[in-house]
Amino acid sequence: MSGQTLYDKLWNQHLVKQRDDGTALIYIDRQLLHEVTSPQAFEGLRLAKRKPWRLDANLATPDHNVPTTLKERAEGNSGIKDPVSLIQVQTLDDNCVEYGIEEFRINDPRQGIVHVVGPEQGATLPGMTVVCGDSHTATHGAFGALAHGIGTSEVEHVLATQCLLAQKMKNMQVRVEGELGLGVTAKDVVLAIIGEIGTAGGTGYAIEFAGSAIASLSMEGRMTVCNMAIEAGARVGLIAVDDTTIEYLAKRPFAPTAEQWEAAVADWRELVSDPDAAFDKVVTLKAEEIEPQVSWGTSPEMVTGISGQVPDPKAAQDETVQRSHTRALEYMGLQPNQKITDIKLDKVFIGSCTNSRIEDLREAAKVARGNKVADSIKLAMVVPGSGLVKRQAEAEGLDKIFIDAGFEWREPGCSMCLAMNADKLGAGEHCASTSNRNFEGRQGYGGRTHLVSPAMAAAAAIAGHFVDVRSLPANDATHAQEA
Amino acid sequence: MKKFTRFDGVVAPLDRANVDTDLIIPKQFLKSIKRTGFGVNLFDELRYLDEGQPGQDCSNRPLNPDFVLNQPRYKGAEVLLARRNFGCGSSREHAPWALEDFGFRVVIAPSFADIFYNNAFKNGILLITLSEEEVDQLFAGVEASEGYRLEIDLENQRVITPDGKALAFEVDAFRKHCLLNGLDDIGITLQDEDAIRAFEQKHKQARPWLFRQPA
Repeated sequence: MSGQTLYDKLWNQHLVKQRDDGTALIYIDRQLLHEVTSPQAFEGLRLAKRKPWRLDANLATPDHNVPTTLKERAEGNSGIKDPVSLIQVQTLDDNCVEYGIEEFRINDPRQGIVHVVGPEQGATLPGMTVVCGDSHTATHGAFGALAHGIGTSEVEHVLATQCLLAQKMKNMQVRVEGELGLGVTAKDVVLAIIGEIGTAGGTGYAIEFAGSAIASLSMEGRMTVCNMAIEAGARVGLIAVDDTTIEYLAKRPFAPTAEQWEAAVADWRELVSDPDAAFDKVVTLKAEEIEPQVSWGTSPEMVTGISGQVPDPKAAQDETVQRSHTRALEYMGLQPNQKITDIKLDKVFIGSCTNSRIEDLREAAKVARGNKVADSIKLAMVVPGSGLVKRQAEAEGLDKIFIDAGFEWREPGCSMCLAMNADKLGAGEHCASTSNRNFEGRQGYGGRTHLVSPAMAAAAAIAGHFVDVRSLPANDATHAQEA
Repeated sequence: MKKFTRFDGVVAPLDRANVDTDLIIPKQFLKSIKRTGFGVNLFDELRYLDEGQPGQDCSNRPLNPDFVLNQPRYKGAEVLLARRNFGCGSSREHAPWALEDFGFRVVIAPSFADIFYNNAFKNGILLITLSEEEVDQLFAGVEASEGYRLEIDLENQRVITPDGKALAFEVDAFRKHCLLNGLDDIGITLQDEDAIRAFEQKHKQARPWLFRQPA
């Protein structure tokens, strides 16, 4: 019999009951809550007169709707000008008070994007099952946790039963072997993977990212990779536990202490796929072949290297793809065979649950240091992922570097990744964005998103168009990944 | 949840791959704290020529005449026909809420995204996966004849075309059972309350740090 994959182990450790009809009850250790996908779940509980099963499994924070200017944030919830957004954030506050769930409110220094806050607090631990009503919950898989996004009915189900009805997924391994080039980051790795397997390539699978290039990533980099597993169609992204994972977790507020720490670490060391584990599918990429990536279309799979060009739809493999490419080019206002470096930009967004952690901000700051945002750029903004990331960045002087270069330095939240607050693109505007989705209208009605790494976004802000970070002077981007 | 019964409905074709949940229901409408009322904003950016706002009266907004759901021949459609990877992207359950509120009971496509698949069934929407060839044939059929309808027989897992051809589909037993009987998942799970408590006890003993709170 072959060994178990990491996913198999996590599944087995949480299996409450396997039913004859193929579904299983899986125990959930941690549920993260935010204001957008939870109100209807709490309402459902109230209507059915049910109580949450285990309060301390839940942790809440508002992130999608919160404004990001200091002036608005100084007013707390009252600073939310959109009355509908305000109701949503207040509803989360009210529900957390009513049920007794811990919440980091709008101006708590620990507030931030749920997928930044969970790991930062140690509320995400190896060997946990983690869910949240948000598809980017895959992020937490970077810790060897089984984490995935769920819908609101499932949020209610987990609140009421501490379990989820699930079916076991298939196992896929994506190996990235070799050494990444200077200026090539975790974001480029995951975009290259999505470009390779497509946005439905991982549907039905839990993807474990492995190989020497993945093992060499920091926890921030690993979170970036797992975050976008969903953009490859996989609800779950995973990375095995190693020293990097354990070092990151030591002394985090929710992490085990003294007497439990050693036992926990011993347990976490087992959270790797057995050497003889069988995967249903294995994909391998060579790290050396990955260059900085830029998306050109309206799906994350529509991506290419910085030295590449916008494809000609006529060259597409089938009619459906041809039509998608034609429509994408029309929406994006791009020409077939246009060079990526010729794409001019209007706005730059550095932030989101994909790329708003301290390492991301350091990479961007290295490129921005001593430079100026191009006059043609209407807005370049940096939105830290949490209050604690912001505080750390300020302690390192990164805020000054950004402000001196002409970037706006904002308060934490999801911001322009999905533009539920006031931060958005205007129709037709091109944006270099460190977020995760380039769908039509995602960052604002008619807005045109190009997904890139933080260093590439900063470089684009300075040049006014895309440039290869690897071509910048040595004290900038070529050092960008040393942080 | 309503029981899913055998029915016969008008089919609307959405000839597009990778329809994401942002397209099904744009983010500004996610600010609602209710489960209902999303139907008027289903496919908002495709359906209207202006940018929609939450709470707005949509009856006077300019319609995009090229969008299928605005065409009279597809009025009252209950079956949506689409291309591969339908429902990709965000986990927002507002997407199936909008489809359901608009009147769709079935979506047929060659493949669906995982989270959307779960969410749809929990709201009484049946997702039917057919082969690319079968979907091609259905698109051709809808195109060729106005008022094209399909009969959906969940019990026997068949889609029946107007010329009497039956296309078989797979659906897992549990989801089918819930849909046919209009069952609430939570109630079913709570029948296993003792098993959950027993598991929780054992789990806590083995890995107490998973239950730890900060000091």
